[in-house]
Amino acid sequence: MRRYLLGRLWQSAVTLLLATIVVFLGVRALPGDPALALAGEDRDPESLRAIREQYGLDDSLLVQFWQFVSHAVRGDLGTSIRTGESVTGMLRGALPVTLELSMLAIAVAGLVGVGAGVIAAVYRGRPAEWAANALALLGLSVPNFWLGLMAILYLSVAMGLFPASGFVPFFEDPIANLHHLVLPALILGTGLAAVIMRQTRSSMLDALSADYIRTAEAKGLPSSAVIGRHALRNSLIVVVTIVGLQLGALISGAVVTERIFALPGFGKLTVDAVFQRDYPVIQAVVLVTATAYIVINLLVDLLYSVIDPRIRVRGEA
Amino acid sequence: MSMPMPKANNGSAGPGRSSASAAPVLRVRDLSVTFRTEDGRISAVDNVDFEVADGEVLAVVGESGCGKSVTAMSLAGLLPRTATVEGSVQLDGVELIGAGKRTLRSIRGREIAYIFQEPMTSLNPVFTVGRQIGEVLGVHNGLSRAAARRRAVELLKLVGIPSAERRVDDYPHQLSGGMRQRVMIAMAVACDPKVLIADEPTTALDVTIQAGILDVLRELRERLGTSIVLITHDLGVVADLADRVAVMYAGRVVETAEVHDLFARPTHPYTAGLLGASPSAGRHAGTDRLNEIPGLVPVLAEQPDACTFADRCPRALDTCTTKQPLLTGDAHQVACWNPVREPVEAR
Repeated sequence: MRRYLLGRLWQSAVTLLLATIVVFLGVRALPGDPALALAGEDRDPESLRAIREQYGLDDSLLVQFWQFVSHAVRGDLGTSIRTGESVTGMLRGALPVTLELSMLAIAVAGLVGVGAGVIAAVYRGRPAEWAANALALLGLSVPNFWLGLMAILYLSVAMGLFPASGFVPFFEDPIANLHHLVLPALILGTGLAAVIMRQTRSSMLDALSADYIRTAEAKGLPSSAVIGRHALRNSLIVVVTIVGLQLGALISGAVVTERIFALPGFGKLTVDAVFQRDYPVIQAVVLVTATAYIVINLLVDLLYSVIDPRIRVRGEA
Repeated sequence: MSMPMPKANNGSAGPGRSSASAAPVLRVRDLSVTFRTEDGRISAVDNVDFEVADGEVLAVVGESGCGKSVTAMSLAGLLPRTATVEGSVQLDGVELIGAGKRTLRSIRGREIAYIFQEPMTSLNPVFTVGRQIGEVLGVHNGLSRAAARRRAVELLKLVGIPSAERRVDDYPHQLSGGMRQRVMIAMAVACDPKVLIADEPTTALDVTIQAGILDVLRELRERLGTSIVLITHDLGVVADLADRVAVMYAGRVVETAEVHDLFARPTHPYTAGLLGASPSAGRHAGTDRLNEIPGLVPVLAEQPDACTFADRCPRALDTCTTKQPLLTGDAHQVACWNPVREPVEAR
């Protein structure tokens, strides 16, 4: 297990380095000169040169990259061009919001998706399956933003059940915090729930026709143990993979959802930075997203080995 | 497999072995199974009768598709919902056909247990073998996890798994096919069932491993007195283990006899063909070819009022295509209008 973990960590480090290079070059390949953007109306060559010097833009790419990386590993991602704040500080404010939102969305999607998937598989060909399938189709085809707007319109504005926008930090007031996040998490989780439901349903159907299910039935186990223990545990291996792959969609979904509910999260930070051509912030945001992706993939891989002993033991050998 | 000649094992039967006149442990009467398919109903098993005495090994023999596995699965209600089962299956006097889910669940694994063909896929890959054995004990005997684990170690020893204390925490993929089949057997006998149904228990295994598995089954029968229904197409396995044989063809039992009697005097042309199609040293010298039975086992939408083997039978008469032959005889029963009378070896 330790060797497996070290191997995966090493792979992750290489991926992260490659991602950093791509981010760095990508930002520099964007059309437009950051110095021009910073200078604003002032096109005086002298002040442009001053700006370039201040931000190190006249150094070679290699030197700039080194500067970027050596600062980044110390947690210094530069300062925002628009606000002059430290980018790290801005991230520190936005990241917890998005993390909490995403985690709630995954929890909602997991519960609803796995539950509905199991029901659809067990009650195959009966009304319960049709209902679950129809819901999944709706969840997949209705766009997040529309669903979000409708939820605000009916649940928040008309019925006043949830706040329409805003955010309260968890440690300030946990109840208010959850109250603010319920709706966004539901909306963000809808698509994922649909994907999880479909995946759970098909892998449960596979599992339920497996020989070991027949064995479990021949042992005289109650249906709850046959389905919940023997079939579900095997289905989850595939479901976890799909969830891992879907997290990218979740991050982009978070951008939209945060925008709709005016949450001060990562998505809002990204959109604002892009609109304002705040290059250091964009760079940092993309880098953090890439890191998150790599970490999530690592976690998913580790989760496999928890669920599936065949992977765990092979790593030991 | 070597020459299928029965061992003299009738005399060395288990302790619980009773005479043929005693009430059988398992009594199957008029068992019929049909499947609902897109092309209508398909008949898989048609009016099958057999009995298994206490401590007896009954082999059910036939080609693939003759309905022997379906028969086995139907006994404890393990067939999918598309199947309709009719007739009567009595386990120690308790009727299983039409019994409620709860009754069936309490009987499965406790009184009637199964061993399946594929040890590679019949165990759940994500649980240790000890846990899977322990599960049966937990559900039927109410054993705690720790007690079930201790019992699992004993059971693994019983089926001949070396260093059972260590193996009990292994996952199925860490064991070989033969070891996995031993685990399946350990799981099946955990609650000391009255009847053990072994559906092609050695088919998926190497020849060298097969003998070991058959030894385990034989020993269990002798030590625990378990009755065994052995489903197989392998006459070598039949000769090795069985006391009595029921030959199935296209969903019907066509011949049943004591194992020695059947091998010495196969009376149904199908049985004779089956024995002729099985390789054995010397018997086919000079011809280099095994005798084959031309054609395939038919898939029947409806069991006809005729002998289902008539199309492939070298001895078919006109009657065979118009009237269904029924099982007749006492110890050696056969369903045939024109049975083989001369010993098959003389052909």
